[in-house]
Amino acid sequence: MNRGVIFDIKRYSIHDGPGIRTTVFLKGCPLSCWWCHNPESQSAFTEVVYRPDRCIGCGACEGACPVGAIALTQRGYIADPDRCTGCGRCAEICPAEAREMVGREITVQDLVEEIEKDSLFFDESGGGVTFSGGEPLSQSAFLAEALEACRERDIHTVVDTCGFASRQVLERIAPLTELFLFDLKMMDPELHKRYTGVPNGLILSNLEWLAGQGFSMIIRVPVIPGINDTAENIEATGKFLSELSRRPGVDLLPYHSSAREKYRRFGMNYRLEDLSAPSRERMEIIAAYLARFGITASIGG
Amino acid sequence: MNERIERLRIESFEAPVTLDHERAEIITDFYRENNGKYSVPVTRALAFRTLCEKKNIFIGKDELVVGERGPLPKCVSTYPELNCHSLEDLEILDSRDKNPYRVSGKCKEVYRDKVIPYWRGRTMRDRIFADIGEEWLETYATGYFTEFMEQRAPGHTTLDGKFYSKGMEDFKKEIAETISCLDFKNDPEATKKREQLKAMDIACDAVIIFAERHADLASGMAASESDPSRRKELEKIASNCRQVPRWAPRDFWEALQMYWFMHLGTITELNGWDAMNPGHLDRYFYPFYARELESGTLSREWAKELLSAFWIKFNNHPAPPKVGVTAAESGTYNDFTNINLGGLLEDGTDGVNEISYMMLEVLDEIHLLQPQANIQLSRKNPDRFLKAALRVIRKGYGYPSIFNADTVIEQMIRAGKSVKDAREGGTSGCVETGAFGKEAYILTGYLNTPKIFELALNNGVDPVSGKRIGPETGDPAQFRTFDDLYGAFEKQLNHIVEIKVKGNQFIERMYADYAPAVFLSVLTDDCIKKGRDYNDGGPRYNTNYIQCVGIGTMTDSLSALKKHVFEEKAFSMEDVLQALKSNFEGDEVLRLTFANKTPRWGNDDDYADDIMKRVFESLFSEIDGRPNTKGGRYHIDMLPTTCHIYFGSVTGATPDGRQAGLPLSEGISPVQGADRNGPTAVIRSCGKMDQIRTGGTLLNMKFMPRVLEGDEGIEKLARLVRTYFRYDAHHIQFNVVDSKTLRDAQVHPEEYRDLIVRVAGYSDYFCDIGLDLQEEIISRTAQEEV
Repeated sequence: MNRGVIFDIKRYSIHDGPGIRTTVFLKGCPLSCWWCHNPESQSAFTEVVYRPDRCIGCGACEGACPVGAIALTQRGYIADPDRCTGCGRCAEICPAEAREMVGREITVQDLVEEIEKDSLFFDESGGGVTFSGGEPLSQSAFLAEALEACRERDIHTVVDTCGFASRQVLERIAPLTELFLFDLKMMDPELHKRYTGVPNGLILSNLEWLAGQGFSMIIRVPVIPGINDTAENIEATGKFLSELSRRPGVDLLPYHSSAREKYRRFGMNYRLEDLSAPSRERMEIIAAYLARFGITASIGG
Repeated sequence: MNERIERLRIESFEAPVTLDHERAEIITDFYRENNGKYSVPVTRALAFRTLCEKKNIFIGKDELVVGERGPLPKCVSTYPELNCHSLEDLEILDSRDKNPYRVSGKCKEVYRDKVIPYWRGRTMRDRIFADIGEEWLETYATGYFTEFMEQRAPGHTTLDGKFYSKGMEDFKKEIAETISCLDFKNDPEATKKREQLKAMDIACDAVIIFAERHADLASGMAASESDPSRRKELEKIASNCRQVPRWAPRDFWEALQMYWFMHLGTITELNGWDAMNPGHLDRYFYPFYARELESGTLSREWAKELLSAFWIKFNNHPAPPKVGVTAAESGTYNDFTNINLGGLLEDGTDGVNEISYMMLEVLDEIHLLQPQANIQLSRKNPDRFLKAALRVIRKGYGYPSIFNADTVIEQMIRAGKSVKDAREGGTSGCVETGAFGKEAYILTGYLNTPKIFELALNNGVDPVSGKRIGPETGDPAQFRTFDDLYGAFEKQLNHIVEIKVKGNQFIERMYADYAPAVFLSVLTDDCIKKGRDYNDGGPRYNTNYIQCVGIGTMTDSLSALKKHVFEEKAFSMEDVLQALKSNFEGDEVLRLTFANKTPRWGNDDDYADDIMKRVFESLFSEIDGRPNTKGGRYHIDMLPTTCHIYFGSVTGATPDGRQAGLPLSEGISPVQGADRNGPTAVIRSCGKMDQIRTGGTLLNMKFMPRVLEGDEGIEKLARLVRTYFRYDAHHIQFNVVDSKTLRDAQVHPEEYRDLIVRVAGYSDYFCDIGLDLQEEIISRTAQEEV
């Protein structure tokens, strides 16, 4: 049986598809968007994070580390990244939760058992499971098996994807998925590469293919002020979507800065330090603009 | 809300709360003159009639429903025959910061010269404490349980719909019939019954007199009223008060006034805890509304105005002021009137009607402290009803709370009630299940479960006072297995419950013999038929509840010991006992390990949840089914009101990492901050408790406002509630306010005077509750979507 690496399971998810859902966050993403809300999801491997503000200085982590990677410094108990294997013993023992594992391996069976716990909520609300990330398609074998297991148990499935995956992967996953939440970040390939790290040709062609095959999907457009909310990009987005064989609905997701603190915690550089959320008015203007292309866009998701 | 209602609302909100001596003085004069002349029930009835004859009658400007317990709105009566305030008590009440009761110089004088000299040594409280015995007193004083009836009469009384089709004259006829059938030749109780029935008859006269006095006053006011429309209102008020309660009400307005007189009668007679609950007002009022709407004598708008004016009357009656430990455990003006909406009719069909919706509108618009309301949600009730309630909840007042009508009915059937009586029942006070108008379901007090466990960890000695309270159940350091430890807890539990129940039985007889509730007996089936008092087994059903507190703290503490001491053996019991004794001083590693590295209740983790089930079974089998002295039985409730704060303050550090003195977990909610898997996991954990076998449980959830935004937020919350109820859950309530707002309210209380938040089974003004409770509310996990 396949094992996957996930970094969170969030129950009572109410913005990731219909009804009450359990969202499973798979670790690892081929993109690195400037505005990424889950920077800890980008690496495909398990990691240990350290929060000095919680540390009580007991030194248990130092003693527990099998490779002697942890040492007391002025900034607390710091692990030498070159020696740390990410085994997680230190996080296991740390009483203060100052060291925490980001990511854990899980079998499909254990994962599905966890998802199934909320079956009654799914039944009652028309909900189910949403696979998100990270990029769930980047663990496609695990994802496919999990989707199959959910289907056997009559659990509604959603895959939240950036669309950057090979056609074979998509062909395997799409028939097992009841609804895609498909991210469409920007239309200009150059800008796309600049802000996400990859060009968008594959993404757009996958989107066309899914629409052409008649798979259900909702397009999700994160609205990042000054980056993709330009008239050119919105127009290009509207035009592209209106020319698909089936016009999908759009969720416009306003940027918010809540991830800023996370970047600090993970010692990562946040490139949108001074950016603030778009106004409600601005969001409505964008929705109205898309409407001119016959695209129905709702704000929030 | 129109201009009149807005004005009445503000007047009620702003009126200062005063402790008033009128009732105390009338009662004292009456007893000095008459005590010993009549049987006890007749004495009580005549005292009640004297109050109705002599008390000041008040009709406020533009009021539509009339009558106050005190001489003026928010002037709170006292009950010196049960519990006589000392001058020192009066000083404390007058000067305390939170929830003060202003006491005038005149009032203090009357207390000093008249009330205290007569009642000292004669009150129920004095007599109970004199005779209840050393063991009870010591266990009580050290905080293992509380006792409701040490200063308030047996309560939790709820009325049904009988007096919307019957007036006092009808009840008098029934009483006369029972008297005429008494068998003095063969029934040794016949004389006692006759005295009781005579007393009930006098009580009926008393409320008629009370109403007539209002009619006279209203007529007089009408005669001198220059505004013709107000004159017409006053004339109608006079006519209402001549009709009800002597006869059954004939129209919507009279039905409101009828209830109000019944309410005032019961809360004037005694200070039952909690205040009188009206029951299913929507179903009682609806036939009057429908009939008049049809005939064109009433519009929806006018009905709503009348209902709003009626609603405000409840707020004029803050809880009678308490003293001593009870003041510390329940510091609120709220007297827990909790109107039931929806549910099932007696025949099992959907009970939601237009008045249910109108009452939700009124609740939303008036949003005063009292009355509070809840919805009884059956699977047969439409989602529209649930969503209408959730839209009010979203405003953040903490009410209405939501009950599972199907579970409430099943609980009553399990406890031996008929299906029809069960459907006519519901919940009152915080969350307590009962058969309205047919049952005395008495809350007897809270049980401090974690402190009982603390006894097991200290071989029967209370570590806080150093006194031996329980039996020697062994040195815990010698326990080899978790089951040894658990067995010690069960022995201590048995010991404390025995003491508690013995005390209850004694107090119950004291009330049965010396403080009968003769007016309430008229309104409760089958007191007239049996010729017995409400406090003496007269009702059709007679239940005692013991409310168990702290199951979250208890579960997590056991889970921590099971895992770290008995299974992984990473810590020895000596380490733990030392750490608890020193309040974790220097043992932060142990404390955090126990707090953070333990499977905890509320996370849908069977390791912890199975322990919860075991504790629940112990509480249940220890308490449920014990007989009381009235032919009924004891059952358990899982609710704290605010007692988890008081109990926490007398309980040392606990193995879940909680430091000494901090609050225990409340209701069946997880320990504050221990639930980390979101609301569905909390619900699944709570769903594992067999709530059908309780008389009520309380689950508090706090949501950030943005989770509930829009129709979709309401829809998803509705689905969450419905799912919880599929687990046969009893109750859920929501606090929808962000911690930032609450912090701001602590800094600028003046800007948040009317900010109402959910406390336990009720809501209160945030700025009126103590700092410890404020902090606890802020610390409850916010189920926020990130």
